[in-house]
Amino acid sequence: MTQKFDCRSAFSEALCALAEDDSRIVAVANDSIGSSNLKAFRSRFPDRLVNVGIAEQNMVGVSAGLANGGLIPFVCGASCFLTGRALEQIKADLGYSRHNVKLCGMSSGVAYGELGPTHHSIEDLAWTRAIANMTVIVPADPAETASAVRFAAAFDGPVFLRLSRMPVPAVHPQDYNFQPGKAVELRTGEDITLIANGTMVCRALDAAEALQERGVRAAVLNMPTVRPIDRDAIVLAARRGPIVTVEEHTTIGGLGGAVAEVVVQTAPVRMRILGVPAEFAPTGSAEFLMEHFGLTPRHIRDAALTLMA
Amino acid sequence: MSLKYASADVSALMTIAGTVRKQALRMVHAARLGHPGGDMSAADILTALYVGVLRIDPANPCWPERDRFVLSKGHCSAALYAVLAEAGFISRESLATYAKPLSQLNGHPDRNKVPGVEANTGPLGHGLPIAVGMAKAAKITTAAWKTFVLTGDGELQEGSNWEAAMAGAHFGLDNLTVIVDRNRLQQGDETERTMSLDPLADRWRAFGWSVREIDGHDMGELVETFASVPFVPGRPNCVIAHTHKGRGVSFMEDNVEWHHRVPTDAELKQALAEIDRALERQ
Repeated sequence: MTQKFDCRSAFSEALCALAEDDSRIVAVANDSIGSSNLKAFRSRFPDRLVNVGIAEQNMVGVSAGLANGGLIPFVCGASCFLTGRALEQIKADLGYSRHNVKLCGMSSGVAYGELGPTHHSIEDLAWTRAIANMTVIVPADPAETASAVRFAAAFDGPVFLRLSRMPVPAVHPQDYNFQPGKAVELRTGEDITLIANGTMVCRALDAAEALQERGVRAAVLNMPTVRPIDRDAIVLAARRGPIVTVEEHTTIGGLGGAVAEVVVQTAPVRMRILGVPAEFAPTGSAEFLMEHFGLTPRHIRDAALTLMA
Repeated sequence: MSLKYASADVSALMTIAGTVRKQALRMVHAARLGHPGGDMSAADILTALYVGVLRIDPANPCWPERDRFVLSKGHCSAALYAVLAEAGFISRESLATYAKPLSQLNGHPDRNKVPGVEANTGPLGHGLPIAVGMAKAAKITTAAWKTFVLTGDGELQEGSNWEAAMAGAHFGLDNLTVIVDRNRLQQGDETERTMSLDPLADRWRAFGWSVREIDGHDMGELVETFASVPFVPGRPNCVIAHTHKGRGVSFMEDNVEWHHRVPTDAELKQALAEIDRALERQ
């Protein structure tokens, strides 16, 4: 069976390695030391962990001030609270002010499963990608997570890293180098293109394999950067054939929305946007909800076949 | 590098504050928008800071060792820009562009367009959390610079301030000073009739801050107070500056209507004359 990884470990290891070499890097938390995998950071750099307690608005404002003072804050918290509770601070103190802060939204999507819609973070891409100056990244596996963390540290500007706690297999080689604003073609195909990011990339790859069995050649694009979106890759895909997007996010305003905005204005082509429909989830585990909302390789395959019919 | 310290002549600062009042009123009058009541309320505090106390360098606005100031009540931008012009960060001529199309001087300040501005404020309750982060950064890097933030009093109804108040005390940020522009009026009514803030000093003390209450229009007291922080080592500082909205203009003083009313030509003329007469009496 394919080995699966919780990307928070890759995040935590990459952050500690960067902090070792750069004293400007600090971690900011809202009591979320355990859920953000910051225990190692705390024991190695106790003076560079700023824990503001359970106070997300203050956490984002404080991070803007830390950046103003020359530091590079990585702000860690459950994505639902980090983005929802502090959205105005993200807009004004980070985006508009262009403060050099890295937001790390943990356990995004429906990862919290049975804890319910209060803890699901299926609106965060729509919220953050609507804010000017933000760079929005959804890594798909440990290598991409670590590389995106290194990019965020080196990049001067606000970044939202949307991380998951759901175990995923590696879809990139160990030495993979994340390129901001660039999609990665993981599989070539001439008939249809599946565009996914985060936890959905491995599922899109499995769906492409299943489509192959039906004689359909599907390309798979991993699109980790939702803002700025890779327009060239989308136009190229649209000129080739129909597009199915897959995301662990509401179908309103996320990856599918970003792709559709490009498609309809450049190379109109038939599309399906797969994700969480515009409703609050029923009770169930993350895996159950993926099945419930049709975010499995089988569902993706069927959506592609329907689109091509 | 021309740094300015608390030794600046108090009478000269009062004259500058008068100029700031007049410039702010001219700007609001010309732009047909603004918040003149709050501009007048904060003019002395802003002048004391930018011209008298802050270790800043207009020739090098991003000097890493500079003191930080955040105008949390970002709607009082006319007074802020007028002070920035007096302090040498922007030209006096540029003030005429206030709120005009494509001006660097927006209705609320933009740090990426206006040197001497540290944060893009406007939504209330943002300044103190940012200032806590600045002061914490200085502690982490063992830097000597200090952080000041000016809030309105009505804006303390925003809960984010109290999250930051807890953090400032918990982190022992004695390099941080919050100044509350306590003019007792907010947009629609008196603060105490809207959502009461008193006993305000006790509330700050209960949150672990060292509090001083002063006359927010006494330039000597302002400069001396700001220059004497920390009041108590290990504790953040709170200065409750008792002020009057519309201060310096008889028909604006303590009148809630002037939160964002724009003066007519005749009102502007009278206001400027009153401020000039006060300067002559000084």
